[in-house]
Formats: sequence, structure tokens, C-alpha cells
Amino acid sequence: MSDSNPIDFSAVPDQRGHFGPYGGRFVSETLMDALEELESLYNRLSVDPDFQAEFDRDLAHYVGRPSPLYLAERLTAKVGGAQIYLKREDLNHTGAHKVNNTIGQALLAKHMGKPRVIAETGAGQHGVATATVAARLGLKCQVYMGAEDVQRQSLNVYRMKLLGAEVIPVTSGSKTLKDAMNEAMRDWVTNVDDTFYIIGTVAGPHPYPKLVRDFQCVIGREARQQCLDQTGELPDALVACVGGGSNAIGLFHPFLEDSAVQMYGVEAGGRGIETGQHAAPLCAGLPGVLHGNRTYLMSDDAGQIVETHSVSAGLDYPGVGPEHSWLKDIGRVNYVSITDDEALAAFRELTRIEGIMPALESSHAVAYGMKLAATMRQDQRIVINLSGRGDKDIHTVAGIDGISI
Amino acid sequence: MSRIQQCFENLRSEGRKALIPYVTAGDPDPSMTLPLMHALVEAGANIIELGIPFSDPMADGPVIQQAMERALLHGVSLRQVLEMVRSFREQNQTTPVVLMGYLNPMERMGYETFAREAAEAGVDGVLTVDLPPEEADDVIGFFKQYELDCIFLMSPTTTLNRARRICEQASGYVYYVSLKGVTGSSALNVTDVATKLEGLRTVTDLPIGVGFGIRDGESAAAVGKVADGVVVGSVLVNKIATYANQPQQARDAIVATIRDMRQAMDR
Repeated sequence: MSDSNPIDFSAVPDQRGHFGPYGGRFVSETLMDALEELESLYNRLSVDPDFQAEFDRDLAHYVGRPSPLYLAERLTAKVGGAQIYLKREDLNHTGAHKVNNTIGQALLAKHMGKPRVIAETGAGQHGVATATVAARLGLKCQVYMGAEDVQRQSLNVYRMKLLGAEVIPVTSGSKTLKDAMNEAMRDWVTNVDDTFYIIGTVAGPHPYPKLVRDFQCVIGREARQQCLDQTGELPDALVACVGGGSNAIGLFHPFLEDSAVQMYGVEAGGRGIETGQHAAPLCAGLPGVLHGNRTYLMSDDAGQIVETHSVSAGLDYPGVGPEHSWLKDIGRVNYVSITDDEALAAFRELTRIEGIMPALESSHAVAYGMKLAATMRQDQRIVINLSGRGDKDIHTVAGIDGISI
Repeated sequence: MSRIQQCFENLRSEGRKALIPYVTAGDPDPSMTLPLMHALVEAGANIIELGIPFSDPMADGPVIQQAMERALLHGVSLRQVLEMVRSFREQNQTTPVVLMGYLNPMERMGYETFAREAAEAGVDGVLTVDLPPEEADDVIGFFKQYELDCIFLMSPTTTLNRARRICEQASGYVYYVSLKGVTGSSALNVTDVATKLEGLRTVTDLPIGVGFGIRDGESAAAVGKVADGVVVGSVLVNKIATYANQPQQARDAIVATIRDMRQAMDR
């Protein structure tokens, strides 16, 4: 991109929620009124200092922000290239970046007077983060989760139950995150009067991609300031995993106008892009419409959404937030992929060498970050978003090791 | 005059209301659909809504979700659905056929290609569940160019202002969803529907079809008193699920339901 013709990143999405040709509001008529109401409330509250102060206070005292920016010295030495910094979203209350967004949306639900919240979840991190804020605010909470994910994320399922949420296994379609989102939409259309739908990522109908981004941007704002404080300079590159893409947009967005900062969004390469068994719509998909927005999707020639595969439940999704689709097309962010095996190797590496166990989702970012750092000079710096902790994945990793615990 | 307009004109002059059955194309397998369409007309249907199978039918309840899964197992997608309409038109040139589905299969085919091929196959209207008028500008031009009616949904949450905007884009008829929910939801309240329709009639002269929650002759007749058309879907699709692998029995049960509704509406 040339500096002579800068893109105004603050001008997207436009008033109708479009990021270039992506985004928008593709839902059935019954939801249009609720989305308009949410949009007008959010437009008002997003510039209301009292609301922002309430949000910031919760992030500080309930979530425990700011999260540290940590120089991983042993990992850096092992890789032998750029200095690797980890943005420690895994240290947030509930163990992932997801809570930044659920705190924000729960405040919106409170302002709208909705007594019930629903959510979809893949790995269970968003479900846990939703159940957590629901418990805190005394809201009724139901979480839709693909039946396959209920199996592979049993720890998070029980956490949600302990928090007072009801987890509803979804047995339709591929029984994963996309089907959970379908089912949450069906619930919302039926109970729209008393229910707030807390979407977990920067996808869905306008204004969700925008408001989730805004809530997650705390990651990038902090990382930018921390980097300046610790090193006196901006980082050379940012790396984050992309399923729906909320942790990535949260890290990237506050740096978009820093044109010297390179950005890498890491999709789930599954068993390899060439096998077709992956969850990498930006690397290997085409634009289409699903779950209320136009974005890159994995679908077949007939427009049917295809089943995805990733070892990581949180990345196992055939779509991606519309802003990422736009950032890909304009060339501001590079989208790459990491296979299951590479992610698992990174999971083990970071655990053994830094004593930090990353979520399998975040392990994709760690794996690519290590590859990238190896190609860079030792005086350069990269920031990897460590979006969540790996405790929830211990069963999955043990299973791969042939151990039952 | 479009086939849909003609259909409503004829019914109006006879003092009757349109009976509009929905079936999912290719459910439970592709051989079912064509004979079923003819049987529906024979039993008193005036317009046929043919569902395009989609992998992620967000606005549908379990009955139609499962119908779509059955059809998709046989590889029935948009192109096959257009072929079914083409075959239907070989024997029937008067009964309007409306395709009902989700946007992604149409987007993947390309809107102009879809509109042209649908018109050539003999499709009369298209209802895209996840395409509100705000997003429809690109699409509607092609539908108009190929003289396909654009059927839009309205719901209990649709304000009169929105209804006005929707009706500016709509043609053929509009489809009022009687309740907040997905297809196959339970009881509808006819009094609420009547009140809402009174309001909608102040903003449009288009015929209004009402669907969701219509299960039998009684509910069809009650809705027929206030609407111009009665749309019935899940209760029919449920027969296919009930008589799995028995296409004749499924068809007989569907025909019997439609006959009951027709008689009750014409009484």
C-alpha cells in the first residue's frame, strides 16, 4: 500500500455494515427490527463516556487487564530470528480473549433490559465467557454447542454448567460451530423479545462484526502501547490465529494505519490445504453469504457449505469475519495456514520451553510466528497473540498421545 | 401480467383464496418431486413453493432442516431444482412456481445466470429467506430483467415504515410470517394476524400470503378469511418424514391434507 493514498480504516464498515463488498445484514425479516434496535443503541453507547468507563472498569477489575506483553526469550533463542513477544490473552479471567467481548455485549444486554442471553460456541471458550458474565449479571443463559464439540471439549461444557448455563448440544449438519450458530439464530428469531444474542466473533449480521471488533480492540491498543513502552518502537509484525477472527481483528485493528507493521492471520490448515480437510476460507475459499454476512466461505460448486476440519474446535468454522475478507482483498493483512500437526508441535514447544500452555487455536499463531521469526533479523520484533490457554485442550492432546485421563 | 398476478386475479374473481403448499425439492429423493407437484395441483393447490435444499437453513425448524438433509444426500441443489421446474412446465403452463431458499447457492451460480436460467425453466418468483430488501439492490435488477417476481417476507416485528420499503421492491405477493420463530413453529393467533394485515393493506395492494403455524383445514380456512393466500409447509414435509421410503403413502397423505384445506377454505 502506498502512503500517498492511505485507506481510511475508521470509515469501515459503512453505515450499512459493509466492509467493501463484505459484511452487511443477510437475515430473515423477523430479526431486522432487533438488529436495527441494537445498532442504534450501540451507536449511542459507543460514544457515551459513562458506558466506556463502565466497560473499562470491568476489563480492569473483573477481567484483570491489561494483559502482559511478554518477551519469550527462550523461544526467541531457540528460533534464532526476530524477538518473539506474546500478548498474554490467556491470562484473562476465563482464560481467553473471548471475555473482552462478552463483557461488552452483556453490558448492552443490560442496557436493553433483556433477561436472557444465548450464545454459540465451538471450543467452549466463548460459551464459558458468556456463562461467566451471565452469572455475574444474573441473566438466564443458554449456550448452543455442536454435539461433536461437546464431546471434545467436555471440560468447558462442565464449566458452563457449573456457571449456571444450560448447554444445548446441536446434532444437525456437521455438529460443529456453524451448526451451533444456525441453532442460536433459530432461538433468537423465536425469542427475540426477551433475548440478547451474544455472538462470539467478528461475524454475523451488522452491527455484530463492528461491535465485537470494537470490544476486542483493547488487545491491540494495549499491545501497541506496551511495545512502545518496552522497546521504544512498534513491532515489525503481528501474528494471530483466525477462525471467525475476533482475536486477530482485536490485535490488528489499532495497527492498521501503521503501514510498516506487517500482519499475518493464521487459518487452520487441518490435514493440509491440498486435502480439502481444513478450515481456511481466506486461503482456499470464495466469497458467499452465510450467517448474516457476505464473506469468504468454504462451499462447493452448488453453494452448499462444506464440512471443515481442524484439530482445534475454535477454528473449525467455514466462514470468517467480513473485515478479514476485506483486509485480504486490499492486501493489508496476509492470510496463511498452519496444519494440525504444526499446531500440535507448537503447543508442545511453547509448553516445554516457556512454561506456557497455549490453546490449540493460539498454537496455530505460535507455529506460524516461529516460522516467520526464523526468516527475520534478530533486531526485529513480532507480537503473537496468545489468545487463550490450553487447559481445555489437554484431553485432545492426551487422546492424540494415546493416553486417556 | 405475470403468472402469479394472473393466478390471484382469477381467484379474486371467483371469491377464493390461494392455497400455496411448500415442499422441499428432492425430498426424500429426486423422483418424488415432479409427481408430487402435479398431485398438489390436482388436489387444489394454486401456487407451488419449491424449497431449494441448503446445508445451513437458519430460518427453518427441524422438519424442513431434515428434509433438506435428505435431499442433499441425493445431491439435489439449485441446478437440479431448475430441472424439476422445467419438467413440471412440460405438462403445466398455468400454475405458478416460486423458488424458496437461501442466498448462497444463487450467489454461487451468479445472479444473472440464476435469473436467466430460472426464467427459462419456468420459475415465476423467488423468495430468498436471507435477503432483506436493504441488501437486494444487486439481485433485484436481474430478477426484474428476467420477469421473476421478488417475494419478500414480512413478520410481526416489521414496522409499517419497513413494510412500505419492502413493498416498493416486492412483486407478485408478499409473504407474511404469522409468528416469531422458525418454520414448523406451533399455533398461530389469527386475530393478531388479522390486525397486522389490516395495517399492511394500508401500504400495499399486493396480495398477502400468510404462512407459519398452519396445520389443518380449520387453521387454513381461518387464515384464508383474512389473507389472500395460505402457505403450508412443515405439516406436508412431515408426511414425507413419517412415510420414509413409502413415496406413494407420503404423496397420498399430502394430497389428503391439501384437499382438506382446499375444501375448508372454499366452504
